[in-house]
Order: sequence, then C-alpha cells, then structure tokens
Amino acid sequence: MMGPGVLTEWRDQPLDEVFWHCRELLEDDSYPTVKRWREGGGKVIGHFQVYFPEEIVHAGGLLPFKVRGAQVEPLQADSRFGSYLCSILKTSLELALSKRIELEMFVTHPICDAARNLAGVWGRNFSYPCQILYLPQNANSNHAAEYLRGEYARLKRAVEDVAGREIADQDLRRSLALFNRNRALLRELYAIKRDAPWLVSADEAYVLVAVGGLIPREEHNELLEAVIPLIRGREARRQDRVRVVFEGGFCEQPPLDLIRAIGRSCYVVDDDLLIGLRWILEDVPLDGDPLLNLARSYLESSSYSPVQHDLRKPKEKMLLKRIQDSAAQAAIVTAAKMCEPGLEEQVAYTRALDEASIPYFVSEFEENMTSFDHLEIQLETFIENLLFE
Amino acid sequence: MSDATGAEIVGRGNKEGARLFRSWFEELTQAAEQDRRAAYVFVMGSLTELLRTFDFPVVFPEINSLQTAVRRVAHEYLDEAEDYGYSPDICGYVKADVATQLRGGQLPMGRIPKPGIAVYTNACNTYIKWAEIWERMYGVPTFVLDVPGTRAAGRQTWPGDADFENDRRYVEAQIRELIPVCEKVSGVKFDIDRLRENMEHANAMGVGWKRVLELNQARPSLFNALSDGTIYLGVANGLRGSAAGANYFTELVKELEYKRERGIGTLTDEQYRLIFVGVPCYPIFRRFTELFTELGGTFVNSTYLWFASGGANAGFQYELEDPLESLATGLLISVRDAMDSMFFQTGILLEMIETYEADGIVYHPIKSCRTVSTGLADNRRALMVERDVPSLFIESDMMDRRVVSEAQLKNRVDAFFEGLAARKHQAAAGSS
Repeated sequence: MMGPGVLTEWRDQPLDEVFWHCRELLEDDSYPTVKRWREGGGKVIGHFQVYFPEEIVHAGGLLPFKVRGAQVEPLQADSRFGSYLCSILKTSLELALSKRIELEMFVTHPICDAARNLAGVWGRNFSYPCQILYLPQNANSNHAAEYLRGEYARLKRAVEDVAGREIADQDLRRSLALFNRNRALLRELYAIKRDAPWLVSADEAYVLVAVGGLIPREEHNELLEAVIPLIRGREARRQDRVRVVFEGGFCEQPPLDLIRAIGRSCYVVDDDLLIGLRWILEDVPLDGDPLLNLARSYLESSSYSPVQHDLRKPKEKMLLKRIQDSAAQAAIVTAAKMCEPGLEEQVAYTRALDEASIPYFVSEFEENMTSFDHLEIQLETFIENLLFE
Repeated sequence: MSDATGAEIVGRGNKEGARLFRSWFEELTQAAEQDRRAAYVFVMGSLTELLRTFDFPVVFPEINSLQTAVRRVAHEYLDEAEDYGYSPDICGYVKADVATQLRGGQLPMGRIPKPGIAVYTNACNTYIKWAEIWERMYGVPTFVLDVPGTRAAGRQTWPGDADFENDRRYVEAQIRELIPVCEKVSGVKFDIDRLRENMEHANAMGVGWKRVLELNQARPSLFNALSDGTIYLGVANGLRGSAAGANYFTELVKELEYKRERGIGTLTDEQYRLIFVGVPCYPIFRRFTELFTELGGTFVNSTYLWFASGGANAGFQYELEDPLESLATGLLISVRDAMDSMFFQTGILLEMIETYEADGIVYHPIKSCRTVSTGLADNRRALMVERDVPSLFIESDMMDRRVVSEAQLKNRVDAFFEGLAARKHQAAAGSS
C-alpha cells in the first residue's frame, strides 16, 4: 500500500508552511488523506475516542482512523439521536452517513453511557461490522490484563476478517515498535511544550498530534521527526505568560480556534487533548506475547482520564501531578457540553484545586462553537488577575 | 378458591410490595441510627446474593433518588447538588444522592446509613462516576465489578465459547477478589453455604419474575408494566437473595394466575396494549400513567422491567454445586441481557410486539439517562423499517421537573391515541 504517502504537501516546506498544511488537513471535512488511502486500495477501521489499540489494526495492514467528531452540521445524524447529547456523537455518525468517511469496520468503547450506544446505532445504519471493544473497567483486578489480552485476541480476529489475512505476532511486534516510536516523538513534542512553550504554540502542537489520527503512523513519525528539530531551532523569545494546564479535551475536541485563543493568552504547558493517542506512557515491550504486552501497558503504564476508573489514579490527584510536573501556575478545567464524565469530574477537579490553592478557570465548550469572544475576555481577565496578583 | 379469598388475593402484590418496601426502609433507618455501614449497590448487577452473606444493610441509591421524585421533592435535592457544583446536565439520580449524602442520609422515606463499601457493575458508566463521589466523600472501598456486554447486535456468546469463557473467568476472578474486601469491611467471614441459600432465593425470585412477565401476555393484561411493574421491580431489586423476596414473587404469580383464570384485567376496558421503552417519568409518575390509562391504554411490558431488574427477565438459574462459578456465569448473562435491552433492543421489541400482541410502542427518552436514551430515536427508526407499528416518542425526565411539561406530553399522547383509534377503525372496516 505504501507509495509516496497520503500526506506529502508538507515535505521540504518551512515550519510555518508545515503547520499550515497540518491545520488545513485537520479542518478539511472531506478527509483527503483517508480518501487517498482508500484510492490506493487500503481499508479503514474507524475507532471512537478515547483509547484504541491501533497497533492491532495497523498490523493487519489497515488504517486506524480516529473517529472524534468534526465541525460539521449533523443534518442526517440529528434524527438518530435524542436532545440531550454531546455533539461528538452526532457529528461522528454524520461523517459516516454523509460518506465523508467510509469504513470497513467501526469500533466504540464503553467510555460513557452515550458512546457505548454507538455500536447499536452504527450497526443499524451500516452493513459493515460495528462493535464494542470492552476495555476493562476494573483496572485494579489482578485478572484485568489477562482478560484484556483475550479481548484484544477477539478484536484481532475481527480485524483479520476485514483484512482477509492472518496477523502474525511478528506483524504485531513491528507495529508495536512503530507506535513506540510515535509515542516517543509525541513525548518529545510535549517536553518542548513543557520546557520551552514559547517555541510551539498550543494550536501548533495540537495539529501535529491530531493529524496522527488521519494518516498512517509511518507518515506521522516522518512528519514529527522532521518537524521537532525545526521547532527546537526556532528563534522565539520567551514571554512573560502564565503557564497553564488544559484539562477536558479527552474526548470531544474544542475547536482549533479556541485552542489558538487560549494559546494567545497563556502558555499551555500540558493538556489532555487527544489523550488516547498518548495514553501509553512508555514503550510497549517487544519481547514475549505482543497482545499481553499491549494489554499490560494499557493498564500499567498509562495516563488518566475521566473515563477510566483506576484506584491508583484518582483523577484530581493526577491533575495536580500534571500541574506540578509541568510547573504550571494555573489550570483551565473544561468539559464538552453534555459530557457527563467531564462535567462530573469538574467538581472533583475544582475542589482539589481549591484545596491546593491553585487558580483555575472553568468553562464548557462544544466542537461546533464558532464564537469565543466572551470566553476569551473571561480568560484574559482570569490571566490578568494572575499576572497582577 | 372462593370469591372472598379472591378479594384478598387481587391487589395483594401491590399492598405487600409497599409493605415490604416500608419495612426495608425502616431497617435502613435503624441501621443509620446505629451507625452501621451499608453496601451501596445499583439495580443492574447488585450482587445482593453475595453481599447479604456479610450482613450488610443494602442501599440502592437509584431507588432512593427516584423516591424523591415520586414524592415531589426531587427539585430540592437537585438544587442542593447543583449548588455544590454539579451541572444541570448530569444524571438527576446522582445529584439527588449527593444531596442525600450532604443531608446525612435523610430521605422522605427515612434515613439511609453511610456506605461501608460500594459494589457496582459497569452496566451504566454513571455508576462508576457516582461511586467515585462516595470514594471521595467517605474514603470507602469501591469495587467495579466489570461485566463485559454483548459486542455487537445479535452476537451474544454462551458458556463453552472461548470469548464467553474469557469474560466469565474475568467476572469470577473479580468476585473472588471482592470477597476478602467484604470480609474486611464487614468483619464477617465468608460463608459459602449462606451464599448458596441466598442464590436459591434468587433462583426462586428469578422463576417468579420471568413468570410474572409472561403472565401479562394474557388478554386483558393483568398488571400495568409502568405502575404496578415498578412496585414489583422495587421488590425484585431490594429483596433479591432473601426469603421474603422469593416468597413475594411466588405469591405474586399466584395472584396473577388467579386474575388470568378469571379474566380480571388491570383496566376495566382494555383498548390498547402498549410497550414502554425507557425510564418512567417519576416527577409526575401517577399522572404520566393516567395519560395512557384514561384513554384505554395499558403497558403490557417494558424494557425498564428488563434492564432495571438487572436482566432478571432472563430467568437465569444458578447451579449451587460451584456457587462462585455459577454466580459469575449468572451475573454475566443477566447483566449482559440488561445491557442488550438498552443498546440492542430492536429484536427484543419485535419479539415483544408479537408475544404481547402490542398495538403500539411508547419511547420515553429522558434527559438524565444517556445509557437508556441515546439510541432510542435510531431504534425507533429501525423498528419502523422492520414493522408497521404505531409509536410515540416523548422526551422528559425521570427526576427533573424543569424538563417535564405535562401539557405538552398530554397533547402528544392524545394525538397518539387518535392515531391508534383511527388504525383500529380502519382495521375493523377492512375485515368487515
């Protein structure tokens, strides 16, 4: 399948042009890279937010496509849902109903009450396989890794059916190695955000991460390998800006313009945006049983989010740690509108921040919002208060 | 059986259900006064068979919350939780419970003890977020009993299948991990024979529950699945695994069989047999049911009686030889069934329409519960493609009177019944 690639426009371009191409791709709701992949005979498996073991799909020679909503009007999808739902659910289905995205299989997860319904909804609307991947909700059970290994084996069989071929352990190991490299590059990008945030703005870092869900991971690695040295070599001056952590972007994504607006007011030194792509924090071991290794990494060396319960990772303590590790001075605690896990977590977050005397700004967003004036003024006031305190 | 005895029999289930409920709450109030710690559980996979062996008073926060709505004080609780910081857009049950905890367990029906442990499945994701609140408030152990559900419509696996066994081993391992936690919290040693006894009671209740649902296929229907059914459901959950609960259902079956033999229906003049999909509108519970019964409609079954009984409708019977393995199998099959009746319900509804000779379906998605409500509009669309059956789609809430408009609901229900009547006349004209 691999020819020149599905995203080539950025090659040999100056850094600002690279960012521009990535931004264009991210905001293009015709998904040209996925179309190019399909035109080359490739198959696509869509997986809904948050985390998905993309390595298994990649090992089968398929493109894992991150289904994460879009800034589109849910013209057809609206009638498939009730009133009190988050936007990402509707716009994700809209992408498929409007054929902006064509898939050979769709997988959702029991991350929240709404998302787990998607396998049923999707399955009633499309003839290709639609299923739920049951990531363990009892991460503290001694049996969770073994169970998850079995669940991954089941997923692998479903992927093999779509791919029309078996996936060998060696295929999986190759994919694990490739994704390990990808995660290492993303960690490096986040290290720059943390250590020298004046070199890369919040929206620039975001687009670099986000395009990973739209292109083969080999290409994403190439892109990051080319861009990270350019970012490091940028001539940019450190400014007197407040360092903040952005929390609340684990599933539905805020509009890029909103991220840009936030980045104009402060340095976003860490965040949970698209945390699923960065869920595993260390290299997945390549020796031994690849599926078991992947399962263990999901459970044992992973980040946190409001949609995973793990007694070892109380979310509010994890947020405080994120703030501490990134030397942030404040937090922006957001939630997507109608996002139950996010809204519930806001209470715990804000109480913990109060106790720790860390200033915070609370807000809600929707992926389809287009006006941020009010929010931007509020945020600027918050930041000014911090600066002049 | 004489008619005099019959007068005592008819309506016994409702009276006895209310009595058992009051008595259960009196026990909880007493436990709270003695500062005993309870096991907090939820209706989908409560595992009370096991928890009763540790002498825990069992608290069902969902039932407590809905009681605040039925007794028309839910708004006070919701306001209090929203003042505390919870969004108007999250589950009303959670918020009513937060306020209950802030009030020291005080509820209109009595007082509930504080949690000593929370045990809950993932049948509803909000269970997990909810328990995290108690974890923070009280620092008590919370235990997710993760029960993997059906992966895709019509793709259930069964004992012996490799995928089923992978799930079952996981569930069984968790049950085995839960036992020492319960021992530690309660100070009571696990007694497998007590578990067997409770499982036997659950078996008897399971037989009864399944039979109760079947009996309502009778014409006229014997009980209203929305109003009477909710009373039965309360007992099925609150007294699961107890002798009193088992006995209640044995007697209820007798009552319904008595009514069936004599053609005693829940309505004097049953005109339309309906199926209810969703969660009842508790803020105007009685009136909501009347909107339908006043026009000759009765609910012969509901998905609520399926999922909110934790899948007891599947009638799973435990084998007592190896109780822990069987408990895991039963929990997996039952809770999975509960989830199926929320997420993959098209086939279930098509079958219900046939077996209950239903004239229409009423979908009632609610703001508070995305688990139940998210897929209903699409399910209705798919069902209409499969089967020409009248349906009504009305949205409100199970807790929050701010999103319940009785006048608007009545308009919609009236129009639905006009359609049902027109259809009936057309059918009559066509057959004459």
